[in-house]
Amino acid sequence: MSDYVLSVAVFVGIWVTLALSLNILTGFAGQVSLGHAAFFGIGAYTSAILTANYGQSFWTGFALAILITGMTGAVLGLPSLRVRHDFLVLVTMGVNFVVVALFKYVDFFGGAMGIVNIPAPSLFGHTFRGGAPYLILVWVYALATLGVSWYLSKTWTGMAFNTVRLDEDAAAAVGVSVPRFKIYAFAISAALAGGAGSLYAHFIGSVFPDTFVFLESIAILSMVIFGGVGTLRGPIVGAIILKAAPEMLRFVQDYRFTLYGALLVLMMLFQPMGLLGDDSWLWTKLQRLFRKGS
Amino acid sequence: MLEVQQLNVAYGHIQALFDVSLSVNEQEAVAVLGANGAGKSTLIKSIMGWVQPASGDIRFEGESILHLQPWERVRRGLALTPEGGRVFPDLSVEDNLRLGGYLQPEEAIREDMATVFELFPVLEERRKQIAKTLSGGERQMLAIGRALMARPKLLLIDEVSMGLMPILVKRVFSVFSELRRRGVSILLVEQNAFESLKVVDRAYVLENGRIVLSGTTEELQADPRVRAAYLGG
Repeated sequence: MSDYVLSVAVFVGIWVTLALSLNILTGFAGQVSLGHAAFFGIGAYTSAILTANYGQSFWTGFALAILITGMTGAVLGLPSLRVRHDFLVLVTMGVNFVVVALFKYVDFFGGAMGIVNIPAPSLFGHTFRGGAPYLILVWVYALATLGVSWYLSKTWTGMAFNTVRLDEDAAAAVGVSVPRFKIYAFAISAALAGGAGSLYAHFIGSVFPDTFVFLESIAILSMVIFGGVGTLRGPIVGAIILKAAPEMLRFVQDYRFTLYGALLVLMMLFQPMGLLGDDSWLWTKLQRLFRKGS
Repeated sequence: MLEVQQLNVAYGHIQALFDVSLSVNEQEAVAVLGANGAGKSTLIKSIMGWVQPASGDIRFEGESILHLQPWERVRRGLALTPEGGRVFPDLSVEDNLRLGGYLQPEEAIREDMATVFELFPVLEERRKQIAKTLSGGERQMLAIGRALMARPKLLLIDEVSMGLMPILVKRVFSVFSELRRRGVSILLVEQNAFESLKVVDRAYVLENGRIVLSGTTEELQADPRVRAAYLGG
């Protein structure tokens, strides 16, 4: 595998993780967020600062990125207890702008120059920046995120997320503590995105505020919606297609956000369930094909 | 068991309930009758905790529950069958019922589901079906079943007859007597006075946010005002 293909595969793995983690918040618990890139950034900066400035190992940085981003997520989830729907979307947007501004203007975060010289991870004395080992690491983490999503969908917690998404008042009427599960969803979703941020930081070797802007949040949400919000397959396929296509097709790269925007509009108009959502055209066809084949 | 004392509720400048007092005793079924806009929904919302009263108190088993969140009230033993059979539309019948038993251990859920299926056999036939594909009557049954899964001490029933064919209203109401035999107290909030008065012990009449009349079923059925306004002469 060439370095180029390898790095595309690493990026795709990181964005699959981001899409899956946002899906827990938006697809499962119904809290639409346009600020997911903030959590991605908080994870990346946590890991970057701990390793580049404080000499910690990658593994410490990675673990703390997950932990600290998760805790930040729980705190930033607090507004969701007061506002719903469109207002929450605006709040998450605002949070994204504030977080990026902090990265940009607070010296501790390196300002516009970002954090550079982020060390590569090492295992058993071997350092690996890119290469197959890093690819495996990224995809193991993506699989772990998928595992968490799958596990949640099978438990009472997942059930409680469902009720919060479908009807908050009815959820409360059956005894579900709505605020608690909203905060859980924010914390879990943020923690997983934080890990993805750490993996991103150590792969690139440097982090800059502009990577984690509002537009990136839209990109991540596009992947979830394009693939099929609320399913497990949807965000994975959405992230693979929308992340790989611009990387592979050079001319698309410049018009990346045009593509995301156009796809969002088209999906909303014709396939609001997403490409592989439960009642979508393609998924229905695939299921029929599979049933005939078996 | 439930005591509503001097309850005043206002939405901004518009007052919806004025000094409403009522009580439900253990093992009792009580109805609150009233037309559209009388304040019935506001009463239910206050008891469940979605609306905070301006003054007055709501006591459950001798303790004020005003400071409790809705889900904490469910934990104390209140359950609601919401207006118009509002269930979780995208979930199956079985999942809706399981959710009703959200606070119960697995064993209780299995037992109670069997009980619900006994009361409403049609739900068992449709257990895998998505709730929004049920008929209006079936959805009402599911809403009642879901509330029962919480093993409530007091079941609040909001407008169960709304939009139902008379034959289904009768069927749903007949279940209430069965529930009382099982020791569940009932507060029925209804427009349909005729059917309600058949299954409750006492009733209150709510008009423009005020309780204007109360008494036993016999008293109310004999009252000329009730006959004129609610029982069709």
